[in-house]
Amino acid sequence: MVNVIVMRLLRATAVFFVVTFVTFAIVYAKPAAIARNVVGISATDAAVQAEVTELGLDRPLLEQYRHWLAGLFQGDLGQSFFTGQPVLTTLGIRFPVTLALMLLSLVLTVVLSVLIGVASAVRGGWPDRLLQILSVVGAAVPSFIMAIGLVFAFSIAIPLFPATGYVSPDVSLGDWAASVTLPVAAILVGSVASAAAQFRGAVKEVLERDFVRTLRARGMSERAIVYRHVLRNAGGPALTVLSLLTIGLLGGVVIIEQVFALPGMGALVAGAASQGDVPVVMGCVAVTVVLVSVVNLLTDVLIAVLNPKARVS
Amino acid sequence: MTAELPAAPGDTVGRPAAPRGRRDWVGRLLRNPMAVACMVFLLATVLFGLAGPWLAPHPPGATQLDAVNARPFTPGHLLGGDGSGRDILSRLMWGTQRTLFACVIILCSAVIVGVPAGLVAGYRGGAADSLINWVSDLVMTLPGIVLLIALYTLTGPNLVLAMAVFGVLVAPSYVRLVRGVVLGVRSELYVDAAKAVGLSDARIIGRHILWAVRAPVIIQSSFVLGAGIAIQAAVDFLGLGDPSKASWGVMLQESFANIYTNGWSVVWPATLITWTSLALVLLGNALRDALQVGASRHTLPRRARQRLAALLAEKAGAELAEEAATERPERAAAGEALLSVRGVRVAYPSTDGSAAEVVQGVDLDVRKGEIRGLVGESGSGKTQTACSVLGLLSPQALVGGSVVFDGEDLIADPAAQARARGRRIAYIPQEPMTNLDPCFTVGAQLVYGLRAVRRLGRQEARHELLALLARVGIKEPEHVFGLYPHEISGGMAQRVLICGAIAADPDLIIADEPTTALDVRVQAEVLDLLRELRDERGLGMILVTHNFGVVADLCDAVSVMRDGRIVESGDVRTVLRDPRHPYTQELLSSTRVVDLAEVATDG
Amino acid sequence: MAETVSDHTTATGPGAVSDSGLQVTDLRVAYGRRRGRVEVVKGVSLAIAPGETLGMVGESGSGKTTIGRALLGLAPVAGGTITFRGQDITSLPRSRRRALARDIQVVFQDPYSSLNPSMTIEDILVEPLRVAGVADGRTRVRELLEQVGLPDDAGERYPNEFSGGQRQRIAIARALALRPGLIICDEPTSALDLTTQAKVLGLLRRIQRETGAAYLFISHDLGVVREVSDRIAVLREGAIVETGDSEQVSLRPAHPYTRRLQLATPVPDPDVQARRRQRRRELMEAGA
Repeated sequence: MVNVIVMRLLRATAVFFVVTFVTFAIVYAKPAAIARNVVGISATDAAVQAEVTELGLDRPLLEQYRHWLAGLFQGDLGQSFFTGQPVLTTLGIRFPVTLALMLLSLVLTVVLSVLIGVASAVRGGWPDRLLQILSVVGAAVPSFIMAIGLVFAFSIAIPLFPATGYVSPDVSLGDWAASVTLPVAAILVGSVASAAAQFRGAVKEVLERDFVRTLRARGMSERAIVYRHVLRNAGGPALTVLSLLTIGLLGGVVIIEQVFALPGMGALVAGAASQGDVPVVMGCVAVTVVLVSVVNLLTDVLIAVLNPKARVS
Repeated sequence: MTAELPAAPGDTVGRPAAPRGRRDWVGRLLRNPMAVACMVFLLATVLFGLAGPWLAPHPPGATQLDAVNARPFTPGHLLGGDGSGRDILSRLMWGTQRTLFACVIILCSAVIVGVPAGLVAGYRGGAADSLINWVSDLVMTLPGIVLLIALYTLTGPNLVLAMAVFGVLVAPSYVRLVRGVVLGVRSELYVDAAKAVGLSDARIIGRHILWAVRAPVIIQSSFVLGAGIAIQAAVDFLGLGDPSKASWGVMLQESFANIYTNGWSVVWPATLITWTSLALVLLGNALRDALQVGASRHTLPRRARQRLAALLAEKAGAELAEEAATERPERAAAGEALLSVRGVRVAYPSTDGSAAEVVQGVDLDVRKGEIRGLVGESGSGKTQTACSVLGLLSPQALVGGSVVFDGEDLIADPAAQARARGRRIAYIPQEPMTNLDPCFTVGAQLVYGLRAVRRLGRQEARHELLALLARVGIKEPEHVFGLYPHEISGGMAQRVLICGAIAADPDLIIADEPTTALDVRVQAEVLDLLRELRDERGLGMILVTHNFGVVADLCDAVSVMRDGRIVESGDVRTVLRDPRHPYTQELLSSTRVVDLAEVATDG
Repeated sequence: MAETVSDHTTATGPGAVSDSGLQVTDLRVAYGRRRGRVEVVKGVSLAIAPGETLGMVGESGSGKTTIGRALLGLAPVAGGTITFRGQDITSLPRSRRRALARDIQVVFQDPYSSLNPSMTIEDILVEPLRVAGVADGRTRVRELLEQVGLPDDAGERYPNEFSGGQRQRIAIARALALRPGLIICDEPTSALDLTTQAKVLGLLRRIQRETGAAYLFISHDLGVVREVSDRIAVLREGAIVETGDSEQVSLRPAHPYTRRLQLATPVPDPDVQARRRQRRRELMEAGA
């Protein structure tokens, strides 16, 4: 068990370094272009060159990366080229919005998709048909189009919820709830559809295994079989689905923020990328990768807890 | 070398009939109206895009003041104009071309990277497999959209590159898919046979493996194209597209900014994106149905099922009444039977609304302390008959006739069947390793099973089960109690299952080929155990088997089944020494072919 | 274990067969690497003369299937030599093996997985001929179908249209296509029903009479092996414990393990079986 955790931690660390380095190499590949972005298009080549030296972009890439890493461990991700604000401060404001949306979507997705998926696998009938329709709709309608549809319906046609903007829960919990309702709903359609279909598959697969028949023959109630044995066996595949789902949700939230003009990390990174604000982009990537690594680590550990065979390898 | 006797394909009623030839999947696809509709729509969309340069009424960037936010059906602007006065229809045509181009790039890069990697990983195995798997897992966990955004800082709006990179990011889905299929095929014996006749790797891949990979890749591609449309639109929508060139995403982004003044301009690109994705998803589903026949089992509507069930019950009832009229002497003793099966029929509905009867009116008696062998070849219906007693048939099965146990008809009264199941009638399965829950220790699942049928404290149950485990011949019960199923041998697992079956102190045991998956020496020990348990507890037993040696070893009476009917039934000595029915004679003579003569030397 | 391979535990046939038949000396097969390394076959020696059938009996995990796969070049040989018709074939690369494919062929246990479901029977039977460069494949296919007792039109059909027994006949026809000198039969009848089993065994015997091919017949069932074999080798945990004339090994086994195997196989007569049961118990109690 401890072995599994140590191995996964090592892997997560390796992934962190590989991904941040590759991204770093990509975004810092053209120092002159970055500098020109900062000093302006009309600046002379000499001014650009001076800016390159000023920003330290003329140093070897590996050294710059090491410098960035060192800063990361001291809680310093550099400053935005344009606002001059420390990247960490900006992220401190923006990231919680994204995280809140993500966690809310995740929790609701898990609850809804487990309910629908299990009901559809165990009972068949109308939950199954509901899921079939939902999964076609969910796969066909991208979340941001769903969001546009929801804005049309519930902000413009029937003005129930605000079309744009975000209210911090510290200010007013009710307004916060209203401001995240449509974004979360837009994300949920797709995520619930895909997760529920996969949970259904996992549960169905277990239900058809031999030992379930033997448990029935022991006189165990269907309820006990499903809750104790089937769900536990389906848990492993379901968790793998969940970890991929969480990562998918991150991408979904980034786009949805754009639709509802929510001041989260998505708007930040998209804006920074189009401006060439490289430190901000790097900061966002670092946060994302850490988040992804944590999710994967948690999933792997949980799978090991659930499945005795996974503990060995 | 997994199992010596590979699940002597059992009474495979449920096995879906494989299609003839399999070559006519195109035909099946074309007979599916949904698939045809999707293909027509997609073809129309492609033509719509390709025709842009010739048929579009205006150039994509041309602005006209009178077209600013024009409503649909304005003369000259069929779909209206956007906020800058550009003709929406024209821009849609040009945009379709660009979006479809982007999707093709995604698909190509994903297939070119993913399929060969999956082939190598699956076929070569070893280090190559580990490496490809590691990289593919890593790529899969990357937050794609964030990386595309990071890439934008380097390249600016570059559709081809961004889509190619996205293709690489979705390539792991192909790697996993192809690897899985190849691993499956590689373990098929026909690949070994091809190696044995001297086929080179290249020919094996070309001839045997690519064929198997083809269908899943086509299906997956349909879904990847759908996802590609969404992601291309999303990237543009985030403002990272090239605003000077029309695409569905760019149009959506521009019109969304303008949503309060011109709601219509949002509708067109949104509709195209949605419908095209929808068509691709539905086409993917249709392809899956056409290419993988038998993947989804057909279930009849409830009304049709009820009608079939009524028919079956009627048939069984009529037969029983007829038999009651013609009193048969050998049935006189039926009253003292522990279990008496009369006229049982089992049928499975097929797609055309008829039902295939796999058990066609079986009569069977088991007395207290009697072991009744039920012998037959695969497909004879012996397992189906045994499972109908316990109500363990698949939910699709229709059952008729009567199974009287202790004065109650278990088929007529499902509640009585549920009461008897596991308490008074127990079950021992064929394949010991797959019949234990891999997630729980041996002890935990035995305790759960016992406490489900008897009011017992956890500790009491544990004590009782430990004693029983020792009884069924497990050397260190305390130790085995804490082991997981994958940590014990097949013979041990079968003993654990027997322990689970007798824990509730049943009167009758249904044993479905309980020794078929075991080696002969273990088989002999398990047969000994079953005999001793019968003697100690006065158990009645139905022993399903295909082996007359096992029957001779354990059974008191035997019934021989063929094609859903019992052809001969009687005392074990009578049937084995003096078989009346030609089929029993044939079976026994076939058995003698593989028989051992009496040991000549004296031990 | 290697020490136990003395003359009575070596399945070497009578007389010198090494020039014309198969000769296996101290064969070892191991899977896995370093700490996970497991030796599955631990020094097996055997010989099969032309036209002879050597039966090989063993329980699951005894390594019998692995030996067959090693002869076909499908298992990693860790030691020992395999010679066929005087040529060392222990670890030939696949390209060199192709020539050998003419001589050593195989019939597998599972008739469902051993035929590619997407190929017609004719394609399946032509495949080995094409590899070997035989020109007139179709005529040979018809010959083969007739030889294994399948109708002429079987060639155009697909495997899923045939029953288990018929599929096994097709697999036998494929093995015969190149007129091999040795056919490895790996539990060819274990997956079949009793009546079918008897017919396939009969077919295998007839083909041996007609073609003079040698068989290595692998099975867990002493009764089946006795039915077809000239000599029998008994395998246990990767090593041969007893070998000898078919009648002797199956009826008067010398090794206690063979004895136990023999007595554990139930016979279809209640009273005879009861006596055998009694004997088996006595043998167990005697401390074997």
